[in-house]
Amino acid sequence: MVDQTPPAEGHGPTTGNLVRYREDDAVDHGAVTVDAFLAQTNASAVRVEPGDDARELIPHLERLALIEVNFPAFGDGRGYSSAQILREAGYEGELRAVGDVLVDQVAYMRRCGFDAFDPDAPLDEDDLEAALSRWPEVYQPAADGRTPIWNKRHA
Amino acid sequence: MYQYDQYDQQMVDARVEEFRDQARRRLEGTLTEDQFKPLRLMNGLYLQLHAYMLRVAVPYGTLSSMQMHALADIADKYDRGYGHFTTRQNIQYNWIKLEDAADILADLAKVEMHAIQTSGNCIRNISSDHFAGAAADEVTDPRPYAELLRQWSSFHPEFSYLPRKFKIAVIASDTDRAAMRLHDIGIQIVEKDGTLGAAFYVGGGMGRTPMIAPCINEFVPLDQLVSYAEACLRVYNRHGRRDNKYKARIKILVHEMGAEEYTRQVEEEFAHMLKRGIEPPFAELERIRTYFEDPLFEEGASADIDRSDPDFALWVDRNTVAHKADGYVSAVISLKPVGGIPGDATAEQMHLMADLAKDYSFDELRVMHTQNIVLPHVRKADLHALWTALDEAELGAPNLDTVEDIIACPGLDYCSLANARSIPVAQQISERFAKNGKTEALGQLKLKISGCINACGHHHAGHIGILGVDRKGVENYQLLLGGSEAEDVSLAKITGPGFDEAGIVDAVETAADVYLRERQDGERFLDTYRRIGMTPFKEALYG
Amino acid sequence: MRILTGNDLKTGAVTWWTGSDWSLHVEDAVDVTGNEDEIARVEEAERRVNVPYAIDAEMHQGHPRPAHIKDRIRALGPTVRQDLTLKPADPEIRNWVI
Repeated sequence: MVDQTPPAEGHGPTTGNLVRYREDDAVDHGAVTVDAFLAQTNASAVRVEPGDDARELIPHLERLALIEVNFPAFGDGRGYSSAQILREAGYEGELRAVGDVLVDQVAYMRRCGFDAFDPDAPLDEDDLEAALSRWPEVYQPAADGRTPIWNKRHA
Repeated sequence: MYQYDQYDQQMVDARVEEFRDQARRRLEGTLTEDQFKPLRLMNGLYLQLHAYMLRVAVPYGTLSSMQMHALADIADKYDRGYGHFTTRQNIQYNWIKLEDAADILADLAKVEMHAIQTSGNCIRNISSDHFAGAAADEVTDPRPYAELLRQWSSFHPEFSYLPRKFKIAVIASDTDRAAMRLHDIGIQIVEKDGTLGAAFYVGGGMGRTPMIAPCINEFVPLDQLVSYAEACLRVYNRHGRRDNKYKARIKILVHEMGAEEYTRQVEEEFAHMLKRGIEPPFAELERIRTYFEDPLFEEGASADIDRSDPDFALWVDRNTVAHKADGYVSAVISLKPVGGIPGDATAEQMHLMADLAKDYSFDELRVMHTQNIVLPHVRKADLHALWTALDEAELGAPNLDTVEDIIACPGLDYCSLANARSIPVAQQISERFAKNGKTEALGQLKLKISGCINACGHHHAGHIGILGVDRKGVENYQLLLGGSEAEDVSLAKITGPGFDEAGIVDAVETAADVYLRERQDGERFLDTYRRIGMTPFKEALYG
Repeated sequence: MRILTGNDLKTGAVTWWTGSDWSLHVEDAVDVTGNEDEIARVEEAERRVNVPYAIDAEMHQGHPRPAHIKDRIRALGPTVRQDLTLKPADPEIRNWVI
């Protein structure tokens, strides 16, 4: 899989398929690459590609309002770790999964801390709701902060 | 045995409904095959050479009688009356319909079973020692740790789209009966100064690039087990190769990065994980352990075995193994009848094994990675009755760890990846040695056959290994010598040019004859090979 | 010649393109040389077949026989369980496969 690097000057803000699980307003300007972001000081939105090291953003989380994590192909799971790492580091801004984001992956993405999806193809509303309400419990802790089964058993 | 509580049951039930919905969307056409494939694989459903194939998880190889009956019922109701036990302690059905798959998963869920993550680029079913809880040499029962890791790895949100599949084995004795160091992660529970901990071996595997896992941490405290595993996986998920599926397993990452650098990164991530505080409460491990307490062994059970029937005595000598409780053994039911298909069992045989487990083994069975079944806790006094029943059902082959106890993948008869058939070669070799009478003299001789380079038949780890290849459209078989999956782990080496189907059977006998000629007192085939090397074998094979 | 094969989406059964439909029997297959991609595309889009692809074959006693042993085993069934193949009682079938 080739990592696709978007132009440094940014690109269109959304595809029109944006779904958000946040109260605040969506950032309305494009995200820059990680390299571009680290080289300049004024951007507040960045796009993380699968091969990027999300930890490079950690010193700058305060000034970021939007981090997009790109999934050029849904089977490339590096973006899940990127999301986890950013949330573990305390990032509270919007974390948006973009690219080949499909309804059967969104539940795990929500668990890893994504709170917005901007997929290439629109997500069916009913399927999305079914996917996100599917799991009554979780086995392991993740960025969504849900209480794992093993803690409930010994509460 | 472990039993589901309401939480475990809810999770498995939710998975059934999720898959039912996904299968519906596939049949309606809203999911493409490319989108559906990883979803069905994560529920064990392959599209194989002849039909869909379903791989059902047998966590750490342990089954109850009720579960074995349910597996037999599935074979009858949805398949063609049989199943195939695999080298990762699972069972496969070869003739499944997509429209039935969700119903099968629902039937499995009723007996606390599933097909979750038995395929796909995720953490697979955790395997373990088939004699766990019975072996005289274990420091503790490894299965509670395997169960804890089963829960941790099930529906793991971060690690379900890994670069490649990920296999974990957990053992708890110095004798390795689970090919631990040929797994992506092998964990050995060890004792140090009276305290238990986990040694982590990472980056082993077979396949086209076989590797023996190096130890990256000799003692992870048990209350940090999950954190350490999570660290190992995160480094792999982030840095494992995704540009080439043949180089995507963790063994390649560890090899290319170097075990030291991989370990350094894991330790750094581990320190971070400890701060995250993701470890389950220790009480959870205690809770799981209560399910694996010893059954009520009879005090003072008789150690006497009436050996007057020579056929029975041979079976006892070959197929029973020392047990930690006096008067008991673990009894191995061979799924390798001479000329049979290794690992296959009919529904009737599965029902019988389940009944015998109920009568003689505290309701418990195990699946071995060598594709046999164990009744783990059998009173010596019951052995004759057990053997009689097995023998009548063609399950009494006395050949554990002999040249007739062949591991074979399904090969080109069933598998779309295979290049050559494995099963007919296994059948002919077992027939050859049963006929020429050399089985007894050869003693322990582990023979393992794969029908392609992916090595599901563990050919790299055979004392004698056979690898089927495609040579210009014709099946051809390479011979390998000197592998071991056990604590004396090693990778087998190819002898030279390959053989045709008849030739490979002759070649195995030739290699066996070299051993019989060259061996010294007490040497197994493997020991002789290691002492004398490849040359005498090559001379005999190729003149 | 080239013949087109795939699996039935619902049952998983191996099927062969007959020129107008899909059959379980390779004997019914027709030459698709030149048209294989188009037929595969249309039939897969209609979900009448899953993951279709074309293979080489040659005529043998009046019927197509796949050129490669893997496709012949796929067409018939496992050689080690003739009872489960499409020709459970044909004593000659082994010679056709191997």
